[in-house]
Amino acid sequence: MNVPLRHAPASAGLAIVDCDIHPAYRSPKDLYPFLPARWQEHMTTFGEHLRQGLSGQLAWPRMMAAGMRVDSFPEQGPPGSDLALMRSQHLDANGVEYGMLMQLSRGGMEERNLEFAAALSRAVNDWQLATFVEPEPRLRAGIVVPQEDAAFAVTEIERRAADPRFAQILISPRSSDPLGHRRYWPIYEAAQRCSRPIALHVQGFSGGHASTASGWPTYYMQEHYAATTGMQNTLTSLVFEGVFERFPDLKVVLIEGGFAWAPALCWRMDKHWERMRKEVPHLRRPPSEYVRAQCWFTTQPIEEPETPAHLADVIGWLGWDRLMFSTDYPHWDFDHPQHVFKFQLTEAQKAKVFRDNAKALYGLQ
Amino acid sequence: MKVPFKGAIDCDLHPAMPSASALLPYLDDYWRDQLVNRHIDKYSFVLTSYPPNSPLSARPDWRQASGAPAGDLDAIRRQALDPFASRVAICNVLHGALALFNEDMAAALCSAVNDWTAKELLDREPRLRASILVPAHNPDLAVREIERVAPDRRFVQVLLFAMGEMLLGRRLYWPIYEAAALHGLAIGIHAGSTYHHAPTASGWPAHRVEDYIAQSTAFESQLLSFLTEGVFHKFPALKLVLIESGVTWLPTLLWRTSKTWRGVRPEVPWIDRPPAEILREHVRLTLQPLDLPKHDPQALARTLEHIGSDRMLLFSTDYPHWHFDGEDVLPDGLSDEAVHKLLIDNPLETFPRLRDGVAKGDNKGDNTRTNQEAVR
Repeated sequence: MNVPLRHAPASAGLAIVDCDIHPAYRSPKDLYPFLPARWQEHMTTFGEHLRQGLSGQLAWPRMMAAGMRVDSFPEQGPPGSDLALMRSQHLDANGVEYGMLMQLSRGGMEERNLEFAAALSRAVNDWQLATFVEPEPRLRAGIVVPQEDAAFAVTEIERRAADPRFAQILISPRSSDPLGHRRYWPIYEAAQRCSRPIALHVQGFSGGHASTASGWPTYYMQEHYAATTGMQNTLTSLVFEGVFERFPDLKVVLIEGGFAWAPALCWRMDKHWERMRKEVPHLRRPPSEYVRAQCWFTTQPIEEPETPAHLADVIGWLGWDRLMFSTDYPHWDFDHPQHVFKFQLTEAQKAKVFRDNAKALYGLQ
Repeated sequence: MKVPFKGAIDCDLHPAMPSASALLPYLDDYWRDQLVNRHIDKYSFVLTSYPPNSPLSARPDWRQASGAPAGDLDAIRRQALDPFASRVAICNVLHGALALFNEDMAAALCSAVNDWTAKELLDREPRLRASILVPAHNPDLAVREIERVAPDRRFVQVLLFAMGEMLLGRRLYWPIYEAAALHGLAIGIHAGSTYHHAPTASGWPAHRVEDYIAQSTAFESQLLSFLTEGVFHKFPALKLVLIESGVTWLPTLLWRTSKTWRGVRPEVPWIDRPPAEILREHVRLTLQPLDLPKHDPQALARTLEHIGSDRMLLFSTDYPHWHFDGEDVLPDGLSDEAVHKLLIDNPLETFPRLRDGVAKGDNKGDNTRTNQEAVR
């Protein structure tokens, strides 16, 4: 089955920015050159210490090929670990001018041992540069930091801030407390200071809470969906705790958590904020205005209404300047740039979503 | 806009719950002793989800000079039944018994609340109907309560909470749905939390307004649970009513479940058609609160078109909760036909027991039609 999905060039000859590409290690030992000996030994002996019952696998097994495109497996190692295949299969084939790397596993975001988390995130950031960004200048790294140790996170952000190859700061929206809580504010302060967006990519590992308000779901279909409810709750927390009010230059990117819910969530937040605003007097504007000014959303996995044009209504409400194309390569629910939209976009809309919004946000030329 | 004609069916109305001491006459000796000796009867059983003085919990002009909002039948008649010319209103008594960890105590209090509701509300006001409060965290006890109360056909639905012990689609809960199907009762999920879990996947929000906003995401999780576990497949006549859930989040859920299902359907092979079709057939949502933008008059029409069904919405005032002012309980811009469906046709289709109950009022104890409805 190792056949490319499409041979066609990228969307209408447009060079695109892909805001969600997943690199991978060939094996965890790829990280060792970037880890102190003490933590290499720890990783070998104890491994990661996560908040779930299974070690080294996900508690909701994915539906196909461990959640990967079946054609994305290189000769050796897992999908995303072979830069040559990533180039030929995706970056070249789809006209990717820039690609944003989303390193999810072993970055320390979900590690319970915070010292180990710190070592992991530092190693992962070095590894991204050495393995992907140095040999492939179209790719941009994200500064991975463990959000549960804000003091270390700030140190790591500052350490990377002068390097333009790091486009943004990655933290987990499945945090131990809602991300609006004050214990995370030093991270936002550092992000604002070094002009990097905060990137919130959905996560497979819990920060210590069930993925729904009524406990754990049974099926992967539910857990997959819970990424969007969790993202709504996270955005609500950032708004109502006053993060956007306190850090007016902070920019937040919500990745792979859906976007079609955002207008309705904004209506709901505005309506009930108006009723309850005495509880949150630190908010000086309706919630929707903070979201409109300071949040961006990525497209994948795109919604597919029975009447495709209904999605245009939603994007209109969201703002055509706030949506950025993403593929999620090499994951199973990859969106192809040529087929992602089932309705006709204007040339101006295409340019914004596939390229210009991301270029403006990340300061790409 | 105002309700344009008489005969509406209000599918969510909240009489003030009785004090614990008012429930003593409805408890057996053991539980009466327990409540009195442990001073439990001195506590209010107010849910954290609905703090009494919060703006959301009662509209200012519906608060009483003394006593709780919606605390007496005169207020309910004057403020909720007469102004909207409702022929029937379904009472949902939001009692804190559901948040108790002691399942037996929760069951005893639920029974007491149901009996109190029948005697103090339904016996005295023929326009009122009610939901059966059950301790869902013990499905055996919940089924027993349904069986006990079901002969009184003024009870039209079983009431569950959006945020509870476990996701409600799980097989453990199916006896509740079986009992409801047998007796022609709808299953209602109302906003509210037992707080047995954090309200969000990343823990406990700081503010009450955040908890309230998160209710809609809890409803989304429950819909996914009913869908993926196959409850609608097992109980083809089941109507699931989402009460005080909000409405405008629904299109995204319909789109996303139908799309994701195409990729994961081998995991849930009993889902044999697009989820949006199944949900449109089985799920109903009460009108209030209707979360819409202030300055976009097209948003409602677009959203209704996105929902793709005019059968899903049920009229509700959510009295005395504060979602609208004056008598403008309906949004502007609905067609006459849509209004008629919302006010009358959809509720009648959703609640089998309203179909025989509307004209006659009370036909307590008549259980003969129920089984016919279940096999309908």
